[in-house]
Amino acid sequence: MREKIVSPRGLILAGVILVVLAFWPALATRYYTYLVALILVTGLLASSLNMVLGFGGMYQFNHAVFYGAGAYAAALLTVRGGLNPWWGYLLGPLVAAALSLVMGIICVRLSKLYFGMLQISLGSLVWAIVFRWYSFTGGDDGMHGVPVPGLIGSIDGAYWFTLIVTVVSLAVMYLIVNSPFGRVFQGIRDNPERAEAVGVNVMRHQLIGLVIAGFFGGVAGTLFVTVEGSVFPDMMFWTLSLEILIMCLLGGWFTFLGPMLGAAIIVILRTVVGIYTDYWTLVLGIILMLLIFFLPDGVLGYFTALFGRKRAGGEES
Amino acid sequence: MEIASHITLAALGQQVLVGLSRTTILFIVSSGLSLILGVLRIPNISHGSLYMIGAFFTYSVASFVGGSAGFWVALVLAPIAVGLLSLLVERGIFCHLYEREHLMLLLFTFSLMLVLGDLVKLTYGSDYRSLAAPVMLQGSFSLGNLPFPRYNAFLLLVGPLVAFGLWFLTNKTKIGKIARAAAVDREMVAAMGINVSWVFAFVFCIGCLLAGLGGALVAPTQNITQGMDHAIVMECFLIVIIGGLGNMWGALLGALIFGLTSSIGILVWPQFAIVFPYVAVVIVLLLRPKGLLKSTW
Repeated sequence: MREKIVSPRGLILAGVILVVLAFWPALATRYYTYLVALILVTGLLASSLNMVLGFGGMYQFNHAVFYGAGAYAAALLTVRGGLNPWWGYLLGPLVAAALSLVMGIICVRLSKLYFGMLQISLGSLVWAIVFRWYSFTGGDDGMHGVPVPGLIGSIDGAYWFTLIVTVVSLAVMYLIVNSPFGRVFQGIRDNPERAEAVGVNVMRHQLIGLVIAGFFGGVAGTLFVTVEGSVFPDMMFWTLSLEILIMCLLGGWFTFLGPMLGAAIIVILRTVVGIYTDYWTLVLGIILMLLIFFLPDGVLGYFTALFGRKRAGGEES
Repeated sequence: MEIASHITLAALGQQVLVGLSRTTILFIVSSGLSLILGVLRIPNISHGSLYMIGAFFTYSVASFVGGSAGFWVALVLAPIAVGLLSLLVERGIFCHLYEREHLMLLLFTFSLMLVLGDLVKLTYGSDYRSLAAPVMLQGSFSLGNLPFPRYNAFLLLVGPLVAFGLWFLTNKTKIGKIARAAAVDREMVAAMGINVSWVFAFVFCIGCLLAGLGGALVAPTQNITQGMDHAIVMECFLIVIIGGLGNMWGALLGALIFGLTSSIGILVWPQFAIVFPYVAVVIVLLLRPKGLLKSTW
């Protein structure tokens, strides 16, 4: 919602988190640096999905495709196109945004659930092509050892790059959500008929929203290439799309930073659970079931409600 | 490209027949999905898991009973077991969620898929299983000058039977008519004193039973593996979408398009065979965004 982090307490908390994050590589081992970088990337991905899901009310079920598209575009431009990796980082998100636009044009006329199902199906088409095109995309093995610019080649460099890009992206998204466009977008979510009646071009706004979400999904994809140096088709698989959706839900999809929190919880849990058992999806499934029953507004939504800070308008769905 | 040169008429005929058998499986599974979508309005993502459970269960029963009889016993038991499992889930958890929005319902079926997938892995491990068809369905006979596997012929017999049974159930029986009415206007049906909740449970159970049947039927034709749920559920969604949501004949039409494009695609360009059906789907949707046949939505 129009939740603003302007309270002094919020500012101090955000400042402390930022300072800790900035000095994190100095405090932690390589592995934990890598882990936090992964959390940032996944969090950015979840936040970009939440642009359309939480703020636009659009059931976007194939968001991982844009993550993969950004990553693959960056990797392919560098490896097959022979471009400087920086160009890949610049163009990857644009490719993802373009893909989002094309798929959006096909799907945007349809009602919520139908829209989501069609999106997920089209996403599967893209996935199938990437999965099978061995000579170009590397097929089911993906591509490994994708060159990364020397400046950010080390894990610390990659981490700082990820941190800066994530914070800037979040800031831009925050401005978009609170811009006149963002408010119209949320108006469409709350009541599309009313928006249409007051002369808003609903489809155009939804398409713009999809393009923005696709763009930042692509940014997250390029960051993943920076951190991992590889891409693989699972990044686009529809189950990942729904996992990202769970992150939004878990953190609180009517809040701005909820998806970030949800992503952090899921990534950390997966790491911890992975130490003890191979059955992560079982655990994830149970978490999701509990979430649906007990925390439909997510962790952040729950706590804001608990402390009575929940604004009117956060209730409708 | 020497695409056309190696395609003989015989090979084409063979692939069409194979494609039609695949169509049967896809139709059976997606008609169940379509039924649930049409009446309950929920894309049941766990549908593929139930199909997978049907296949694994068939393997277990068939190897427990042994011999040719094993498969036939399993063919009857597997759909029933899957149906009962789904009924348990529906009555136990799912029915408490109907008041929630669709997103929550959909995510619940996704969580079910995650849980069921790992439960199968816990039970059977990560190895794949394979099951031989019963003796009387092994080998092939010649159709003109085409060799045609007996099992595929059997599938081609089962498909129309299931289609007829489903048509009969939804059009000629009382509960079928109630279910169709509930799909259009559930408040009205409830106002007439009918317990809509149990109608939903029945429809959900029948739909899942069809997934189990599909899994049982597919068991002798391919490896039974972890991950077979992921592939089939997405294919079935596409079939249901291009056919028209909730329309059984649409599911048949979609399954035909899907089965034939992928089997003929193997002849044309083997590497991208799995892409052909998806391309067909995009073409259909660009021409008819709401599917080929009338949707019940």
